[in-house]
Amino acid sequence: MSEDNGQEPAKVIGELIGENKHLLLSAVPFAMAVGMAVEEVGPARATLSLPWREDLVGNPETGVLHGGIVTALIDNACGTAVICALTRMTSVATLDLRIDYLRPATPGQTVFVDAECYRKTRSIAFIRALAHHGDRGDAIAHSVATFMLGANRTGPSRQIAEKVGQ
Amino acid sequence: MTDRQRLPRLTHPVSTEDIGRLMQAIPFARLLGVTATTDESGRVIAHMPYADHLIGNPRLPALHGGTIGAFLEMTAIAQLVADMAEPGIPKTIDITVDYLRSGRPRDTFAKAIVAKHGRRIANVRIEAWQDDPTRPIATAHGHFMLPEGGEAAVPPATDEG
Repeated sequence: MSEDNGQEPAKVIGELIGENKHLLLSAVPFAMAVGMAVEEVGPARATLSLPWREDLVGNPETGVLHGGIVTALIDNACGTAVICALTRMTSVATLDLRIDYLRPATPGQTVFVDAECYRKTRSIAFIRALAHHGDRGDAIAHSVATFMLGANRTGPSRQIAEKVGQ
Repeated sequence: MTDRQRLPRLTHPVSTEDIGRLMQAIPFARLLGVTATTDESGRVIAHMPYADHLIGNPRLPALHGGTIGAFLEMTAIAQLVADMAEPGIPKTIDITVDYLRSGRPRDTFAKAIVAKHGRRIANVRIEAWQDDPTRPIATAHGHFMLPEGGEAAVPPATDEG
């Protein structure tokens, strides 16, 4: 995964972003509109959170979150983990995303998604993710995804690129 | 938490107004701005009008993959509810979304094809498009757990029928 030339491997964005992790979502209007937040990042991994909100409910009779908002949080967490696995800023795009819903989210509780980019080639990233309320042993959803790297000419936010020194 | 609403009662065949009321009753569908109508054959056509808050990448710009995924899942659920003997909300067991093109900042439409509507489980394929229905921007397939009374009200049309 290191970038050739026999020198020290370049640091990945997940190691460089540090206190600026909030920038990873600040450029994503939908994430801001629904209240997603970055809890933690590291090399090739990210944890996002989403507090329960009445307007994110899928079944008005039970108050359970819509599966679609969990899908959106997982998609964003996977994309963030991919960015955290990069050594330089490039665009990332979801190719596919499979989600297994293990149990309904509990009304009123915050959802967390831990995503890990466990393999990266020149053009494709492979990610797995788990959605839960804080107990990974009692997960809400399990997911696998593939992302394309360099899918278009726009990189993620210029602000992030500046913060990680690129 | 506020008082829970009841779902609107649906009668068969499901009318455009009924399916519209159903979408209005789902808070997250309202947040995405999703509405639905039915075509002449009774198939649900879901509509997600463009809105700034649906954007995932403002630099392209492109719709958030999660909003497209959620829209596909909603479309499948709306079609299943329209077909069910008793209204209720199916639960998603799994869904796989394939992203084919980036979603442009414009209106998006979707329809679902129910491959199997059993007594407990349904298998559904969904397609979303923007300008050209023959060039989908995303497709999905998923399994849904049907609630009590969730079997199809009308047996699916056969080649003979």
